[in-house]
Amino acid sequence: MDDFYRENILDHYKNPRNSGHLDHPTASAEGVNPLCGDELAVELEIEDDTVQDVRFNGRGCAISQAAASMISDVVKGKTVAEVRALGSEDVLEELGIPLSPIRLKCALLSVNVLRVALGDASDDRDLEWKSA
Amino acid sequence: MLRPGPLGFGLRRRVYTERMAVEAPTTPLDAARIKLDFPILMREVNGMLPAYLDSAASSQKPRQVIDAIVDVYETSYAAVHRAVYTLGERATERYEAARDTVTAFLNAASRREVIFVRNATEGLNLVAYAYGLKFLGPGDVIVSTEMEHHSNLVPWQEVARRTGAELRYVRLTDRGELDTESLEELAGADVKLVAATHVSNSLGTVNDVAAIARWAHDHGAVMVCDGAQAAPHRVVDVQALGCDFYAISGHKMCGPGMGALYGRADLLEAMDPFLTGGGQIAKVTLEGTTWNELPYKFEPGVPPLAEAVGFAAAADYVTRIGLEAIHEHEQVLTAYGWELLSAIPGVNLFGPPPPDRAGILSFTVDGVHAHDVAQILDAEGVCVRAGHHCTQPAMRHFDVVATSRASVYLYNTTDDLDRLAAGVDRVKRTFGV
Repeated sequence: MDDFYRENILDHYKNPRNSGHLDHPTASAEGVNPLCGDELAVELEIEDDTVQDVRFNGRGCAISQAAASMISDVVKGKTVAEVRALGSEDVLEELGIPLSPIRLKCALLSVNVLRVALGDASDDRDLEWKSA
Repeated sequence: MLRPGPLGFGLRRRVYTERMAVEAPTTPLDAARIKLDFPILMREVNGMLPAYLDSAASSQKPRQVIDAIVDVYETSYAAVHRAVYTLGERATERYEAARDTVTAFLNAASRREVIFVRNATEGLNLVAYAYGLKFLGPGDVIVSTEMEHHSNLVPWQEVARRTGAELRYVRLTDRGELDTESLEELAGADVKLVAATHVSNSLGTVNDVAAIARWAHDHGAVMVCDGAQAAPHRVVDVQALGCDFYAISGHKMCGPGMGALYGRADLLEAMDPFLTGGGQIAKVTLEGTTWNELPYKFEPGVPPLAEAVGFAAAADYVTRIGLEAIHEHEQVLTAYGWELLSAIPGVNLFGPPPPDRAGILSFTVDGVHAHDVAQILDAEGVCVRAGHHCTQPAMRHFDVVATSRASVYLYNTTDDLDRLAAGVDRVKRTFGV
């Protein structure tokens, strides 16, 4: 458990990277996780099919907000196709901890809201429900 | 009744913490012994016995209820109300005996007024669809409250949308109680239905249902009460309360997934069925159908026998222990838990302070999301709910998106609450707040 709330996760939660607003976003979206009330909004500046800059804004649990902060560094410089391809493996690799399906939903809010910003439908394709 | 004196409770032993001298109180129940009736509470999870503090979401089940369910499957199972063979008669007898038990549990005037449903949510939807859609129309006013569980709020939004009736709300005070002034402001409106909860599932507020029902009747309205958080924890007498409908969930009172709706017979008679199909009809021709008598008119399909029998066994179980004793036990635990949590800096509690409240402790920890609180408490074997508790308007009133909620029941001990407080300390250490 202490591993769960390891230093770098709490650091990203308390000091989120790329937080705030862009002057000229070209795409944006908002998402919620109705289960626990996590809220997350994203703004993207896309030029030449590449993410030039990104901002996240939200409030929610440490996992959802830390994941957004970590993913924000990942998406910069990526092509739209590469951002679309981000999934649970990428988020879990950033977080560095295993997550139960319920908490995975928190972690995946960031990639889901990115997909919506890119015009895709929100989906839960990365959620696999397994019995414990 | 046991109440804390100026220096705390009447005392037995000193526990838990150096930073404050909170004495563990005594209660009218031997909860440590009651706990032995609940197999799941005696089984380790992650190497610890669970401190189960989520009974407001769903309660655990005692051996007596589990045995009753096993017994009916092993000795008396068949399709209820349909079979003429002996097993079928036995099944029907046990199903209807369960109704008699629940009728007595709620002190309804007649078994015809007790309809078995899946849960309180279905009971409230039954009233919304079968009463609301038939008897409400444009110009009529439905009154609900800002503290309702979504199940006694969203159905009325739907009824308003479909009938043209207007939905208005009784507001909350900052203590988390109903603002009676905002109710009086509605006195001039053409109020036809008042929907209010008995006990708030997210704030622990206890409403004066009898007074609300009187107000509704004085203004020509019917009163629909959500009893899901009340019936497991206190004596409920629907006749004394004077409400017209009262919905309960068996799974919150030691039973399986089954609920009941009490409805006044003359209203139920006037209503059309909510769901139609087998068993709830009198005569069907290709041209039309007439309805079966009460309460069968509202129970289509083969009824869930084992659930009904388990529900009745649960009602028997809590009745035998005594709802007054359970209530008093929870009052003592609630005051104790409130005292422990409110002594922790950065912890904010919601709803009215004890003793004017139910055993639901909804709280936030500054700088930590409710979900993270619950996750760290889980590592200590403490089970609490985190979220908006299906009461988003009430959460919004207090400007929070979510709270952690610890709720107590007959099997909880002061030790469970000590573990909760120690867990909250650990939350604060982990997050450095």
